[in-house]
This record gives sequence, structure tokens and C-alpha cells, in this order.
Amino acid sequence: MSISHAPPSSPEADISLKSGPENPTTVDVVPLLPSSSRRTRVPRWLRRTTGPVLLLLLWQLLSSTGALTADVLASPGRIAQVGGDLIADGSLTSAMGTSLQRVAAGLALGTLVGTGLALVSGLFRVGEDLVDAPVQMLRTVPFVGLIPLFIIWFGIGEAPKVAIITLGVTFPLYLNVYAGIRGVDAQLIEAGESLGLSRWGLVRHVVLPGALPGALTGLRYSLGIAWLALVFAEQVNADSGIGFLMVQARDFLRTDVIVVCLIVYAFLGLLADFIVRSLERLLLQWRPTFTGR
Amino acid sequence: MATDVHRPVSSRTAQAGQATQASPAAHAVPVPQAVHVDGLTRSFDGRAVIDRLRLDVRPGEFVALLGRSGCGKSTLLRILAGLDRDIEGTVLVPRRKAVAFQAPRLMPWKKVWRNVVLGLPGKPDRAVAERALKEVGLDHRTDAWPKTLSGGEAQRASLARALVREPDLLLLDEPFGALDALTRIKAQRLVGELWQRRGCAVLLVTHDVEEAVLLADRVLVMDGGVIAHEQRVDLDRPRDITDPRFAELRAGLLERLGVDTAAEAA
Repeated sequence: MSISHAPPSSPEADISLKSGPENPTTVDVVPLLPSSSRRTRVPRWLRRTTGPVLLLLLWQLLSSTGALTADVLASPGRIAQVGGDLIADGSLTSAMGTSLQRVAAGLALGTLVGTGLALVSGLFRVGEDLVDAPVQMLRTVPFVGLIPLFIIWFGIGEAPKVAIITLGVTFPLYLNVYAGIRGVDAQLIEAGESLGLSRWGLVRHVVLPGALPGALTGLRYSLGIAWLALVFAEQVNADSGIGFLMVQARDFLRTDVIVVCLIVYAFLGLLADFIVRSLERLLLQWRPTFTGR
Repeated sequence: MATDVHRPVSSRTAQAGQATQASPAAHAVPVPQAVHVDGLTRSFDGRAVIDRLRLDVRPGEFVALLGRSGCGKSTLLRILAGLDRDIEGTVLVPRRKAVAFQAPRLMPWKKVWRNVVLGLPGKPDRAVAERALKEVGLDHRTDAWPKTLSGGEAQRASLARALVREPDLLLLDEPFGALDALTRIKAQRLVGELWQRRGCAVLLVTHDVEEAVLLADRVLVMDGGVIAHEQRVDLDRPRDITDPRFAELRAGLLERLGVDTAAEAA
């Protein structure tokens, strides 16, 4: 297509302007080209991966030239190699297994306690009066600060680690489930009443499904905090798990092992997020706003 | 029609308790009524929105309730639906009653057919819902999520949910208020047909005079907490809005509501 735009500053070149008065039907027409024809498109995934890859290359470059010593941060190549070795001798997989077990136990307990308390205070006015105030007070205590107390109470085995994760998981879940229950549309509850639903029927068919989006948001927060709590718990008096691997590596200045452990934490976090997303896709199909497919 | 199964809407206050105690025997209603309301009072913060109201609806009768906004017509409907029990006076309504609200109020997390059978006793199967949805012309959306329905479709689903209960009294709270003009005409026609087929008593709360005259046997105007005016509509069905008698009834009711139609007519 060859269309020349006449510059407005040079009237002698603009035929339409000149012929305007004599021939009023002539209008200066400009084609609007589709945006796709203007430039060749780089696929989005390629553009998005370019940044991290460049960063990785820079890191490798700095390590190879000696600007970044292994004591400060090991090179990407070295980290990949150490990661492979740790998997090969089974120490990483067993540490991951131990850590996953702790998170799973803490998460299960915390979910039970958090949702349980939220149901009591969300569904019953008496429950709200009894439960909500103490939970709101305890919520403000930084749970990591309770580690020393937990060690005194539970010793140095698995119990204090699971307890700290449980504590971290409980509060976000409680807050979101409680808010979800109280946020259910009163009009829908009234509609349910007019349909003759019993109290339990209302809870089952209206209140709980209505609170589900909030509950899943709470679960997502809780998972994030669960990993955080795990890192703290495993770095105090642990003799197994990823955190223990990291503490050990610190004592021997093994930055490569530390980075491998960090990558594992990140990977586990991603996995957890994937699980929640799948749950949302399964349970919240009814929401038209959902676009995670 | 089993409209003789009446149940008093119980009230919480002491005076009302006495009134309801006396009601079934003392207020022996000569003609069987689908709705019998006597001396009904409902106050909000000491201000009586409904003040010693009387209302009778015969079985199978279509009654429209008009009134300015805030006159208490929706409150009356909520009381008849059993959703508001802070009342004094006698209220007798059929055991089987159903409500369709202005907003469809479908549970968004239940598919359309599950919404329709929600709250039915026992374990109703899908066929029950399908039959009701077919009646309102929505059988093609049986498995849809409510939020994917259009406004008219959602309102029809809400109607199906009311009808599946086989009510002796159908309470409609401005069910066409939120619909666009064309959809509203279709929905009004649908309600008229359903009523003629089912033969249940209907109480339609609306602010649309034309709609009231189009559908109802009797149009009531609520004002000052009581039924201030009553107008029988004896036009043949289906009614023609261009009929001069229709226009006359409409003008009379509008005047009752404080809208002067002389200017419009000129």
C-alpha cells in the first residue's frame, strides 16, 4: 500500500485542500492500517523469558571473569552441578521429603483450626463474641517470636516445627473464611429462607458456597506463610530438612548449596500455588470473572 | 386448589400473639380466602409503615398492589412471604407460597436446574426442574451457570423456581422492574399465561399502572399504611392496551397515585 501523507504545513502539495471549495465532495482520506501489519511480533513468552535469561548470562559472565567469587555467590553452572550431585546422592530428595511432610502436617492442622474457628465465629453470634476477640489479639503476635517458647514446650523434635507452621497458617485462613461468611449477600439468604431452607440448609447451600472464594484466598495466603514458617522453624535446632541443609552449608561457606536450597523453596512455592489455582478452577467454575483457563 | 391449608404467620410481640390466638376460630372467614389479613401493623422505629391493614385475596385471584415508593407495599409482600415477623395483627397465608423478587436472586454457585429445585422437600430429581424450566421457556439453559444468563432468562429461572413449588399463592415483588422494555412485555405475557394455567392466587407488587391493569383482576392502591383504593378490572383477556376502557382505568389509577393525566391526554 502506498499512501503519502501530505504535510499540513505545505498547502501547495495538498490537492484536496486546494480543490476543496470548488469540489466539496473530495475529502482527505487516510487509511488506518491494522496494528499487526506495522511490526513483526515477537511472541510474548519469548519476550518474557529474555529478561531472566540475560540476567543469568550476566551472572555466569561475572563468575567466569572472577568478579564474583564463589565465597560470595557460586556461578549458575556450579549451582546446577551441585544440584545434580545433591539429587544423585539422595540428600536433597530426603530433605525435601522431610520439609514437605512438616508443611503438610502444619497446613492440615492450621486449616482445621483456622476454618473451625472461623465457622464458629462466622455462623454463631455467641461464637463470634467468644472466639473473635482472642483470635484478633493473638493474630498481632509475630508467630516467629514464639519459637523459643515452643521449644521449651515441645522440645526440639518435629512438634515445635509443625506447631509454628500451624500457627502461621491459622490466622490468614481464619480471617478470610470469617470475612467470606459474613460477606455472603443477605438477599441470597433471604431468598433461601423464602424457599423454605432450614438453618442447616442455608449454611450448606448459601453461606458456605458463598464463603468459598474468600476461603481460597485465605488458603493462598496461608500457603505462602507456611513456607516462611518452615524456613524459620528448620533453621533452629533441626537435624533434617532443607533448612538444615542450608544451615550446614552456611557453616562450610557453600553458597552453591544455599542457592540450590533457595531454588527448591521457590519451586515448592510454585507447586503450592499451582495446587490452589487448580482448586479454584475446580470449585469456582460458576464465577464468570474466572479466566485462569 | 388446596387453598384451605392456611397457616398464620406467627408474630413475636405479645399483642400480636393474642390476635393470632383468637384468629382461626373467631375470625371465621365466610368465603375461603387465599390470603386473609386483618389489623396488620408493622412499625419501623415507632413509625407505622403498615397501619391496621385489611386485605383479602380469593383463591386463584390476580391482585396487583400499586403505590408510591416507600408506601409499604414491599413490606407487605415480605410479611406475606413470612420473611418479616415483627408484626401485629392477623395474617393467614397458604402453606404453599412462593416469591419472585425484583432481582432474580439465584445462587450463583448452583446450576440453573439446581437453583430451581433448591429447598424442595425430599430429593427432587432433574426432571422436576426441567418441567418447570420448560414451562417458562428456559429448558435450553438447564445446565447453565446463573451468571451466564441474560436478565430476562434469570428472571424466568426465578419464576420457574417459584412455580416448581406449586404454590397456592405466588408473590411477585416488581419482578419486571429491572428488565428492558421488550423483555418486560414478554415476561408480563408469560406471567399472565402461567397464572391462567396454574390457577394460583397472585399478588403482584408493582409501580407500573399499565402492568397492573393488564394483568390483574383487582388493583389495589396502598397509601398511608392501608389499602386506600380498590379497582376491579373487568376487561376481557387478553387485554388490549389501546382499548379506551383500558385507558380510562389507567388514568383513574394514575390520578389516585397523584399523577395528573390530563396534560398527557391533551
